[in-house]
Amino acid sequence: MKLTKKRDLSPDGTTVPLKGILGSAIDRRTFLRRTSLAVGGGAVAGALQPVMMRRAEAAAGAAGGETEIRKSVCTHCSVGCGVVAEVQDGVWTGQEPDFDSPFNLGGHCAKGASVREHGHGERRLKYPMKLTGGKWKQVSWDEAINEIGDKVLDIRKRSGPDSVYWLGSAKFNNEQAYLFRKFAGLWGTNNVDHQARICHSTTVAGVANTWGYGAMTNSYNDMHNSKAMFFIGSNAAEAHPVAMQHILKGKENGAKMIVVDPRFTRTAAHADQFMRIRPGTDVPLIWGMLYHIFENGWEDKEYIRQRVFGLDEIRKEVAKWTPDEVERVCGVPGDQVKLAAQTMAENRPGTIVWCMGGTQHTIGNNNTRAYCVLQLALGNVGVSGGGANIFRGHDNVQGATDLGILSHTLPGYYGLAEGSWAHWARVWGVDIDWLKGRFDSGYMDTKGVDEEGTAGIPFANPMNSAGIPVSRWIDGVLEDSRNIDQRDNLKAMFFWGHAPNSQTRGPEMKKALETLEMVVVVDPYPTHTAVLPDRQEGMYLLPAATQFETYGSVTASNRSLQWRDKLIEPMFESLPDHTIMYKMAKKLGFADELFKNIQVNSNDEPLIEDILREINRGMWTIGYTGQSPERLKLQLLNKHTFNTTTLLAEGGPCDGEYYGLPWPCWGTPEMKHPGTPILYDTSKSVADGGLNFRARFGVEFEGKNLLAEDSYSVGAEIQDGYPEFSADMLKQLGWWDDLTADEKAAAEGKNWKTDLSGGIQRVAIAHGCAPFGNAKARAIVWTFPDRVPIHREPLYTSRRDLVDKYPTYEDRKNHYRLPTRYASIQAQDKSSEYPLILTSGRLVEYEGGGEETRSNPWLAELQQEMFAEIHPGDANDTGIRDGDWIWLEGAEGARVKVRAQITERVGRGVVFMPFHFGGWYDGKDLLDKYPEGAAPYVRGEAANTAFTYGYDSVTQMQETKCTLCKISAA
Amino acid sequence: MARMKFLCDAERCIECNGCVTACKNEHEVPWGVNRRRVVTLDDGVPGERSISVACMHCSDAPCAAVCPVDCFYTTDDGIVLHDKDLCIGCGYCFYACPFGAPQYPQKEAFGVRGKMDKCTFCAGGPEEDGSQAEFEKYGRNRISEGKLPLCAEMCSTKALLGGDGDMVADIYRERVLKRSSRPQTWGWGVAYKADS
Repeated sequence: MKLTKKRDLSPDGTTVPLKGILGSAIDRRTFLRRTSLAVGGGAVAGALQPVMMRRAEAAAGAAGGETEIRKSVCTHCSVGCGVVAEVQDGVWTGQEPDFDSPFNLGGHCAKGASVREHGHGERRLKYPMKLTGGKWKQVSWDEAINEIGDKVLDIRKRSGPDSVYWLGSAKFNNEQAYLFRKFAGLWGTNNVDHQARICHSTTVAGVANTWGYGAMTNSYNDMHNSKAMFFIGSNAAEAHPVAMQHILKGKENGAKMIVVDPRFTRTAAHADQFMRIRPGTDVPLIWGMLYHIFENGWEDKEYIRQRVFGLDEIRKEVAKWTPDEVERVCGVPGDQVKLAAQTMAENRPGTIVWCMGGTQHTIGNNNTRAYCVLQLALGNVGVSGGGANIFRGHDNVQGATDLGILSHTLPGYYGLAEGSWAHWARVWGVDIDWLKGRFDSGYMDTKGVDEEGTAGIPFANPMNSAGIPVSRWIDGVLEDSRNIDQRDNLKAMFFWGHAPNSQTRGPEMKKALETLEMVVVVDPYPTHTAVLPDRQEGMYLLPAATQFETYGSVTASNRSLQWRDKLIEPMFESLPDHTIMYKMAKKLGFADELFKNIQVNSNDEPLIEDILREINRGMWTIGYTGQSPERLKLQLLNKHTFNTTTLLAEGGPCDGEYYGLPWPCWGTPEMKHPGTPILYDTSKSVADGGLNFRARFGVEFEGKNLLAEDSYSVGAEIQDGYPEFSADMLKQLGWWDDLTADEKAAAEGKNWKTDLSGGIQRVAIAHGCAPFGNAKARAIVWTFPDRVPIHREPLYTSRRDLVDKYPTYEDRKNHYRLPTRYASIQAQDKSSEYPLILTSGRLVEYEGGGEETRSNPWLAELQQEMFAEIHPGDANDTGIRDGDWIWLEGAEGARVKVRAQITERVGRGVVFMPFHFGGWYDGKDLLDKYPEGAAPYVRGEAANTAFTYGYDSVTQMQETKCTLCKISAA
Repeated sequence: MARMKFLCDAERCIECNGCVTACKNEHEVPWGVNRRRVVTLDDGVPGERSISVACMHCSDAPCAAVCPVDCFYTTDDGIVLHDKDLCIGCGYCFYACPFGAPQYPQKEAFGVRGKMDKCTFCAGGPEEDGSQAEFEKYGRNRISEGKLPLCAEMCSTKALLGGDGDMVADIYRERVLKRSSRPQTWGWGVAYKADS
């Protein structure tokens, strides 16, 4: 029998583990003990906080304290580790390893092994709070929703719906993420975004435009099959620690491991080869490798003939990157680059892994495409052990991206075109004209004409034009409104699960936060947002429940969906995000439309299962249609039946399915598609999870065929390339009559993306074909600023000698509604005043903006101070010793006060800072600005305060991996 | 009879500190007391290796040999435990231990040390198994529940192995053979003697 541990009250009634060090604390076991005593001890109950007392009384009724096992998924990174909770009387009392999970096999990193602390929640935001006269005051939910709603409606009246910004979160589960995007749409704006913009937006854009889908092609587990593993800008040992279980297993199976990074990371410590590049020189390094591959004929010629378009243009660019030029630009000696190229060529299949080190650049989209081209040239995509294993960041950033919390698209990457809105309006059951009316349709008649009567910027219909991205919300507030392609500036911001310290340009951010009429934080923690601005009024903090206090599905990096149980009830006065969305929609007057197909329970909580079913009815593009709540719940109960390398269930109730039904899981749930474990893998039939490259870019370009040649997935009846499926194509093929009568009615005039019956997909797959067609991957993207990925020096570069040859872009007047500067910034030479390159990255103990993890004492103890890594040479040059306080000043003048950590982990001339800290500004601890008892244990300067301007030319990804700085003793 | 052992595979340890927070989670030890820590050698330069360190439950434990009040005892499973009711906090065990395992509560800078605290291999202490007194003094007793130490069970990369020494050795031997390289263990020879 499971033993429960109960303890008597210690004599003074306060067994407080952290007392004296951290102030008063109540741990969960203490709380449990008190609840069990509350039956007979009124005196004890008196010691509890009011909220806990209510919970205590509720718990007391359920005497006995049987231990229940409930299962969830870690809420930190995207590996998707299973979490097993022991719950007694509604209290999370123990955490056990989830040995059944094929993703982590019980393993956890520091963050995952400490998630039970969420059930303590000592430093959580406990009640709705309002800033009044510079002080935080507790308010009721009703009061908060009413006041916020009135203000938002007032702003809408004065400035239009685009002046309210809905910043969502990768911490939402899928259902909340989808609901949030829909919420913004029904409010009438595309000013909605989330963390994906600043983590992998350049990946999604670059990769999707290369071969169809912008996601990790294989899986962590599939790395067991790799013969070579190439990491560039990825520090898996700290950012995805449990992935290292699979990576090191792959290595033990004989794979060669290469790490490319400006830092000698903990991942590099396990590599066979490490190459230290100058930050921002990924394209030259990759082209430098391809130089050798092409020169020696190591490319996979047959694969390229069948499946790759435009590689000849790449060859011309690659020819420029001789070993000498690569060394001049990257700093990596020629023989090392050749060795890496040879290793990749001789050890196939090989996989490439990249993360923020590659994506967060002004040329991030060029980097991601160059990585893809390397893999295409080697014939490594669409094979087990190969692929582009793009490790996503947050636990559900893949899902939140798929479900479209993005300013430039609707759920499922449908885009913002008329037809896209029409598709979703049909799924939502709302009238398209009503929906159009929600947007600022009058804007084009009233704005954009200056004194001379000419338009300053091109007009765009706010419904069909990409909104302001999260990286640029600051400019949405501060930029002259005449330069913004919408009626007015941003007036109110919702930070709904988003830390502002993940965005650059601290001083301007502070100013923007002070300029906004209203700031609303919806989060389990107050976050850096609550303390950064000097405000007296107009700020609200609403306590959101964590994902352990609600339930729903979550998508791991490998596109697998997992179901989370609710472990415990929401703590204190917190509410699940979808409940808050309902309350807000009701106040704003569109709850009926928002929840037309979704049951709302009496406690204002929308039914998660209904939301997922609506997702299933609309997400045809990427196959989020087969993962019904029932199928996901069945998998949750049968995790142990899945193979830990292939992810295939062998026998049992899920026989033949892949774990998590990785998307695309085609057709309706009834079609029982098993999911697609490896994208573009032609060795399996589409019905069994096989695929080929997507026909996304037409059938020909410049007179050349874009469709695949002599390559098709196993069992395809069309044994060559073919375009994407539509009703007309079915008719031409003579397959139309394979549809049922109902399907015919729904499919008429539609295509595989818009046929709500799923019939077109079903019939295509029945004939062995991929619904999205069968084309070549394209090595060149003619719709991007750089058709061929090329190197461009960072805006703030220390290598002025390279600027002429590798200049950045021209300034742009209107990119995502905002002027975006490139050349005018690069033109200023800051390299003598700011001689050091500044880069940033992760620590294993913390996650994202870090508020949640820095509020967890088990983690906070391990990293107590914000620091910067400095090479001994640079430290000695500036008279800095290990452990000294230093001022680090970014090239735009913003400075942070941090501890110096002298280490050769960074190269000479490069300084590194972790980005998880917050709660300090300009050398000062902002502890007194937090609501009482809700400050994280560890606070420090936000690294991004010192980071500078710079945004990707396609996605507005912020540049946080390469700028300039100087350091001095504080 | 099984002998319980820890082994940290330095080729797999990535210094993620999962073992450290798993221990804190399970035993709710206070801030400042770390029954398990991860030590990194050659930090930031080629050759960097990390190892997770706690009490190694030595075959012939030096802590027990030097303890003036004889508070240590070894269980039938080979787990080295101590009795906090006897412990006087003298700190001799700290000097004797080759692994720096003994921990002391940080009450004041120059005051008397509190009772020594260390890894119990998740086996509690002399109090009744699973009792509340045992939990307060020594933490949770997983061994009596038929479970192994949480740090090893939760290790992100399966670097830290804990359990029956024969099984640990088998798992590790298989890995070393697969890698076809020299073993890179840490602590095994010192704690358990080379031939045990």
